[in-house]
Amino acid sequence: MMNYDIVVIGGGPAGLAAAISAYDSGAKNILILEREDKLGGILNQCIHNGFGLTRFKESLSGPEYAYRFIEEVKNRDIDVFLNTTVISLSKDKKVTAINSENGVFTVKAKAIILAMGCRERSRGALNIAGSRPAGIYSAGTAQKYVNIKGYMPGKSVVILGSGDIGLIMARRMTLEGAKVHAVCEIMPYSSGLKRNIVQCLDDFGIPLYLNHTITKIEGKERVTAVEISEVDEKRKPIKGTEMRFECDTVLFSVGLIPENELTKNAGISLSNRTRGAIVSQNRETDVPGIFACGNVLHVHDLVDFVSEESELAGKSAADYVINGEKEHNSVNCINGKNISYVLPQKIDTDLEENVKVFFRVSGTFKNCTFKLSCGDKVIIERKKKIAVPGEMETLLITSDKLKEIDGDLTLSLEGA
Amino acid sequence: MEKVNLTCIECPMGCRIEVEVENGKAVSITGNSCPRGKMYAENEVVCPMRVVTSTVRSKSGKMVPVKTDKPVKKALIFEVMKTINSLSCNTPIRIGDIICENISDGANLVASGNVD
Repeated sequence: MMNYDIVVIGGGPAGLAAAISAYDSGAKNILILEREDKLGGILNQCIHNGFGLTRFKESLSGPEYAYRFIEEVKNRDIDVFLNTTVISLSKDKKVTAINSENGVFTVKAKAIILAMGCRERSRGALNIAGSRPAGIYSAGTAQKYVNIKGYMPGKSVVILGSGDIGLIMARRMTLEGAKVHAVCEIMPYSSGLKRNIVQCLDDFGIPLYLNHTITKIEGKERVTAVEISEVDEKRKPIKGTEMRFECDTVLFSVGLIPENELTKNAGISLSNRTRGAIVSQNRETDVPGIFACGNVLHVHDLVDFVSEESELAGKSAADYVINGEKEHNSVNCINGKNISYVLPQKIDTDLEENVKVFFRVSGTFKNCTFKLSCGDKVIIERKKKIAVPGEMETLLITSDKLKEIDGDLTLSLEGA
Repeated sequence: MEKVNLTCIECPMGCRIEVEVENGKAVSITGNSCPRGKMYAENEVVCPMRVVTSTVRSKSGKMVPVKTDKPVKKALIFEVMKTINSLSCNTPIRIGDIICENISDGANLVASGNVD
């Protein structure tokens, strides 16, 4: 059995930043396990620009952003196993993995960092009527075909869901000569970034139908058309509003789900809100010494924030390896009115440092107030002009404010 | 005087900018939160510019991610795409290597990812 101080599962942006940070925080015996044949994760197929504006103050492509971290990993004495799939993880921090060189092998770690990322929701999760013709892809799969494999999945496209990957693919397919007829979104708002609505749809005259969904996919061998309908407030299709688009391809961009099979099987508690592990502010799960960061924990809008969170997890893992287990003196942080999730879900109140709370709102709200309260006591209040579910919000609890906390916290959005 | 409402695309904040245009020029810009936004709005009402990102098929068959190293005229995006799709390059290639000089208005097409 191999022994490492820290094993990082996943070599995407989260795993890379976590490994670098753990190393720089004093842990020296670190291994990254990556299932693809190179590091970088999903960034490798995200050839569009706009990454790194927060972190590097410049607009990078996905591979460029990944490269900066891959170089940093190479500059340190960090082991990397590529083409290696982790098949199980246990509470006592044994990782079982498989690759063609070593076969099945087990690594024992003092600390583990979960950085497996997320995967796309599929058509199956949506229950759309119709047969099962060829030509239906998740937006990320289409992105891989076009950008990595170099061929087009179709010529005439309808996209369901206005997540960022769907918007990016609307532009990408258009640039490569396809006709994108429509992007339809069941919600009254897009879950994608505003800038992507402008530069991916408006720039090319691609219509965005809000409050619309696909009600039928036609075609036997290959998609031949889709029918879309307007939906009511309960998101049920309204009869008589059907529109039909002839097309050969349907892309789904209907959300991302943290990939937590390993986490679940290891007996780590998951949040039904984020669908990732329940963590403390140091990104430690409820199994001491196992940490999580990036999209496996909660789906981020920007990779810059993934890197930031992962550095925190890396530092915490190193601290665990060097200084041993720390007792948590924590309160729960719960999502209240109009808030869909809060992270971290547990906050230690005896810290001498600030704690950043990340959360999403459950609808579109104008001129509202975020309120973090402990029973009847309001700890923090902050006004916000516009809050939308597509954009992650943050609140900073300073170490002074932490001292005022004597029970569970509730974060809510008021005045909406 | 004409009022134009824009969403800034310079960063993920997506500021809503209101521009007052007179004789084809921005005379007042409000709503931006940084100088990049002001510049974006000034250009956007005169001549919208975009960085084009795509791929070039290398001689080895592997796809090389590419981008223009400066924004090019939005109106010329499809012309730039046509050139991009007529190009090929050798591998290995490194980030920043020029694949096509002056693809449009002085902008070069450069590799935006390493391919071995």
